[in-house]
Amino acid sequence: MIAANPIVTARNSDDNYLTAGKGIKSWVFTLDHKRIGVMYLVGIVLSFFLGGIMALLVRAELFTPGKLFLTEDKYNEIFTLHGAIMTFLFLIPSIPAVLGNFFLPMMLGAKDVAFPRMNLVSFHLWVFGAIFFLAALLFGGLDTGWTFYTPYSTTTNSTVIAATMGVFILGFSSIFTGLNFVVTINTMRPAGMTWFRLPLFLWSLYATSIIQLLATPVLGITMILLTAEKMLGIGVFDPKLGGDPVLYQHFFWFYSHPAVYIMILPAMGVISELISVFSRKPIFGYRFVAFSSIAIALLGFLVWGHHMFVSSQSAMAAVIFSALTFSVSIPSAIKVFNWLATMYKGAIRLDTPMCYALSFILLFGIGGLTGLFLGALSTDVHLHDTYFVVAHFHYVMMGGTLIAFFAGLHYWWPKMFGRMYSERWAKVACLLIFVGFNWTFFPQFLLGTQGMPRRYARYEEQFQSLHRVSTTGAMVLGVGLFASAGVLGHSLVRGRKAPANPWGAATLEWQTTSPPPLHNFKHVPTVSYPYDYTDLVYEGESSGYVRRPAMPLKRDVPEVKEPALV
Amino acid sequence: MSTAEAEQVEEQSDHHGSHDHGHDPHLAHHFETMEQQFDAGKLGIWLFLVTEVLFFSGLFVAYAVYRVLHPEVFVDAHHYLNTTLGAFNTVVLLVSSLTMAWAVRAAQLNQQQLLIRLLAITLGCASLFLGVKAVEYSHKWGLGLLWAGAYSAGDVETEVAAEAAHESGSDDVSDGHSDVLHVDSAGEHEDGGHGAAGHADDKAHHDTLIALLVLCLPACLGVAICAGGVNFAKKRSLPAAKTFWTLLVGVGLAFFAGVALGQIVEGFSGHGGDSTSHHAETEKVKTAEEVEVARRYTGVFFSIYYCMTGVHAIHILGGMGVIGWLLWRSIRGDFGSSYFGPVDYVGLYWHLVDLVWIYLFPLLYLIR
Repeated sequence: MIAANPIVTARNSDDNYLTAGKGIKSWVFTLDHKRIGVMYLVGIVLSFFLGGIMALLVRAELFTPGKLFLTEDKYNEIFTLHGAIMTFLFLIPSIPAVLGNFFLPMMLGAKDVAFPRMNLVSFHLWVFGAIFFLAALLFGGLDTGWTFYTPYSTTTNSTVIAATMGVFILGFSSIFTGLNFVVTINTMRPAGMTWFRLPLFLWSLYATSIIQLLATPVLGITMILLTAEKMLGIGVFDPKLGGDPVLYQHFFWFYSHPAVYIMILPAMGVISELISVFSRKPIFGYRFVAFSSIAIALLGFLVWGHHMFVSSQSAMAAVIFSALTFSVSIPSAIKVFNWLATMYKGAIRLDTPMCYALSFILLFGIGGLTGLFLGALSTDVHLHDTYFVVAHFHYVMMGGTLIAFFAGLHYWWPKMFGRMYSERWAKVACLLIFVGFNWTFFPQFLLGTQGMPRRYARYEEQFQSLHRVSTTGAMVLGVGLFASAGVLGHSLVRGRKAPANPWGAATLEWQTTSPPPLHNFKHVPTVSYPYDYTDLVYEGESSGYVRRPAMPLKRDVPEVKEPALV
Repeated sequence: MSTAEAEQVEEQSDHHGSHDHGHDPHLAHHFETMEQQFDAGKLGIWLFLVTEVLFFSGLFVAYAVYRVLHPEVFVDAHHYLNTTLGAFNTVVLLVSSLTMAWAVRAAQLNQQQLLIRLLAITLGCASLFLGVKAVEYSHKWGLGLLWAGAYSAGDVETEVAAEAAHESGSDDVSDGHSDVLHVDSAGEHEDGGHGAAGHADDKAHHDTLIALLVLCLPACLGVAICAGGVNFAKKRSLPAAKTFWTLLVGVGLAFFAGVALGQIVEGFSGHGGDSTSHHAETEKVKTAEEVEVARRYTGVFFSIYYCMTGVHAIHILGGMGVIGWLLWRSIRGDFGSSYFGPVDYVGLYWHLVDLVWIYLFPLLYLIR
């Protein structure tokens, strides 16, 4: 038993979760999902900072075609750790582990996730895995690319084993989070919370968790086999012993392609919430948006072969994987069209979270559509391993997941910490990020089509101008990200106290105080359709929204229309 | 779907005040009812088993791919595995699955003593399994039948065969091989006529013993700790702890029973059971090239063998840990007809571990 467990010790109902326990132990060993979410936030921001610094170093080195300040080997190490840290330490846990942990039980109307202790273990494992990554960084660096392709990873002298063990441990962290979410949503819904009253963010987390459960173990065993191959020489991936190095790629992408949906699905869930709240209109096509999350999760398992179009995969397999890849665009497009239809004739309010959400739609649109070029066999042969690919996945992962993470963070920040940030400066930061992002990555599409290969420390003179544009943009992007961190940080010290419901949202987490009490709700939350805004009215006194007092005739009010498409 | 139907969830802060007393002490604060808690646990363990299946699936795919690429390696190499011991271990695990399922029933029916006994038997079976496995591993080790990176049977083979060919002037290299490779651990074939073979035999014997000792050490340590536990419990007169540690000593001894049994079976059948005759027979059918490929890649078969059985053995060890925890709790009297979730969950896990072995046994030992 953990003595410092605040859930057991603190009984004072006036406390919020931040003040419910004192001292470092009350955080490190807490079983409270909200505190675990906050600890994840700190960890993830630190990893993002580390990965971001490396990205800026890479971009700075590419300012000139020749050597500026990094040797080829150092360059390899830095871009590898940029990719590995951003993927495994930031993108995969970002939205589920921070926003999901904090808000899944609250949006559900539950007291906690189903297995609070496993939730804590998940965070501890994350820290442990991050330490392995840092060890890989400090003791010699890692230079294989974040994908650890054999035979390079089995022959290089860099610290592959520390990194693969880190990935293995992080995998368990991810599995525990996913398992917790599925069980929580299945078994802990309070009376009245039916499946189709779940906020769409929870549907997307549910779909994400399915992927985490089904794909991550395969990555685990792949990392074990890779480590065994490197340490002992088991021969499964070694052609000298009759093994197959492409088998490694199959194993790796069987996890890592679904993993990109682990990154993007929760982002789509956040956007579904925001678009509806800031348009003050029920989400258009609730069931379509909900089921498209599940469809993306399932289709995502059938497309891993599109990473191996030029890796000696059979032509038949390539054709099938290409066709299946295009099928994923259907549920993705369903979401985008539904978001647009939700905004249509809505009372759109351009608060900071909405600005991020709109950026998401545009950037994800570009990222998604350029994916079609890479899914098509004939164009992919030319674009494979060029900057086009780099630009594509940065548009999806950064323009998608990171922007949605920022959107969600700005949206839920008042609830998490009870403070409002400066709208004006937050919008300035948002604009800087949006402009800087496009400035950095749009030129990379052009570089890719002109044949600039990815992962090269040196390049031909002809690419210099575009590289310079991209590097300049990266600096603007960096400034924007720092500005945004500054705005949020400032709010903690100087921010106005946040009302319970600053945005007029109808999901359950806004029915409690900001920040929430230890057990989430002081008053009984009323479960209803999560996108029904009719009862919410603005109250000038607290500058937040409150629910109109229930009228006695309420039972006769006709059903609030959930747009019926099914 | 309307606000008119709005329903309410139970108030949080109220929960502690009014519900703490009168509730089952095993009900965690964030669940409403025991049923909800049980359902959550059950779904959780099933999902965990799904991840376990996918974890093992990577190994099965690696097996399948390598077997498709090099079927001859598998046909050739599986003769080195002792089918008798594999079959014995299969039966041991099946029995443990039975006792585990029975233990769940005992918990549900509140049969405390039966529950304790059945859990102890399950643990004993697991321990027995590992004892037999230790013998199998150490004999492979002695013969140099290791994973590809450390595989040395081929070298010994070639070296000794060359010497033998030189001494006797015989061209029939493969006969020389089978003599050396399938030599008995008990050293019955140490005839002076084959000097080199006798030497290799000694070395194999020596290596086997060392490997066996290494593998037995943790078990010895475990038994010693448990004996210490018994002693400690006696001094402090803690009856529950005494029962627990005494049962664990028995479990530890089951490991050595497995080792003894394994040694006897290995002694009777020689290495690889009936492989000597079979091996020679299959080799005649194959072309020289095929034999060459099979030899070169045999180490990879053992890579796969060690990965699969090793990961499985780690799961057995993990299972023993949690069953040990159940044993302690059942001695303490935690489980009964109203609270038996953990026994049920661990039982499901244990069945999965057994099931994986049910697949491993034919895939590795019974290749035709």
